[in-house]
Amino acid sequence: MIAVILICIGVLFNIFGCIGLIRLPDVYNRLQSATKCVTLGCCSILLGAAFHFGIGDAFFKSLLAIPIIFFSSTVAAHALIHGAYHFGAKLDKRTVKDDYKDSVK
Amino acid sequence: MKYITLFILSLVFWLLLTFKLTLPNIIVGTVASGICALFFGRFFITNVYKLLQPQRYFWLLVYLVVFIWECIKANFDVAYRVLHPAMPIKPGIVKVKTTLNSELARTLLANSITMTPGTITVDIIGDNLFVHWIYVRSDNPDVYTRMITGKFEKYIKNIIE
Amino acid sequence: MTELLNILLYIQIGLSGVCLYRIIRGPTIPDRMVGIDIFGILVVGICAIIAILTERSFILDIGIAWIILSFIGTLTLAKYLTGKKLNE
Repeated sequence: MIAVILICIGVLFNIFGCIGLIRLPDVYNRLQSATKCVTLGCCSILLGAAFHFGIGDAFFKSLLAIPIIFFSSTVAAHALIHGAYHFGAKLDKRTVKDDYKDSVK
Repeated sequence: MKYITLFILSLVFWLLLTFKLTLPNIIVGTVASGICALFFGRFFITNVYKLLQPQRYFWLLVYLVVFIWECIKANFDVAYRVLHPAMPIKPGIVKVKTTLNSELARTLLANSITMTPGTITVDIIGDNLFVHWIYVRSDNPDVYTRMITGKFEKYIKNIIE
Repeated sequence: MTELLNILLYIQIGLSGVCLYRIIRGPTIPDRMVGIDIFGILVVGICAIIAILTERSFILDIGIAWIILSFIGTLTLAKYLTGKKLNE
């Protein structure tokens, strides 16, 4: 039962993340909403899978997948936002502050 | 010494991932961990004796509790901004100074910042972290430095340095 | 309970369709890459739900392999972005 509740919470967070992917105006804000929500949503789904299978091989596989998914998604988001800035993607017109422009050439 | 530590850690990881204690499995795991340790051992942490100090694990637990709470808060923050009809965003890139010294501590700090409400790390140059913030709450550098890094810095200092 | 899990599986597959929309329609190249990154993470959730529905644990292995490959692919794409300017 607790597994199904955790999976429902995870899918709900995934829905929020994908709505953000559609609605937000520029690439930086899309990356923010999508990375946070989808990472925590998938971690919650894997935790639900671990609770469903009980102690055994699937339990350890699910629990080991959580740190892997966590570190890989944060590092990938960092690399993507760095690449997007150097590529020259425009910041949205509501942006109020850009300290990074002075430091990089 | 650090090659041996990395070898043991990878072997434990392999055995947990496959979860079978047969002889061919252990042989394959030993060979694979040996290759991993040989190639990536020089990137591993230099002072491996820090892994044996128990107070670091206590601070790691405290840090994990704080961190998971911040993660959940971040998700509700993003959900509020996305579902609001007018989308209350005020994005900007701010410069934040850090006092951490080692590379591993800075990486962990950058990853933590990426998962906290509304912030994502863009780059690290010298002592400065550049952070993209979805709603810039303040113009004063001292105030936003405390808001972004203040929660995690003391725990990470206790864990790693 | 199986019906609920089926519905959640279909919702998850629909969310990957949303990512495909962003990949196809994205106005700039970084937008498409964000879509690819998020798609890779969503597939792991699909794998976990299928593993529960079929009671077979090897599908979780597929998920772990998928997330590592997707991570390496995203890093390569980000490297490609860094080395290329719009005015070239």
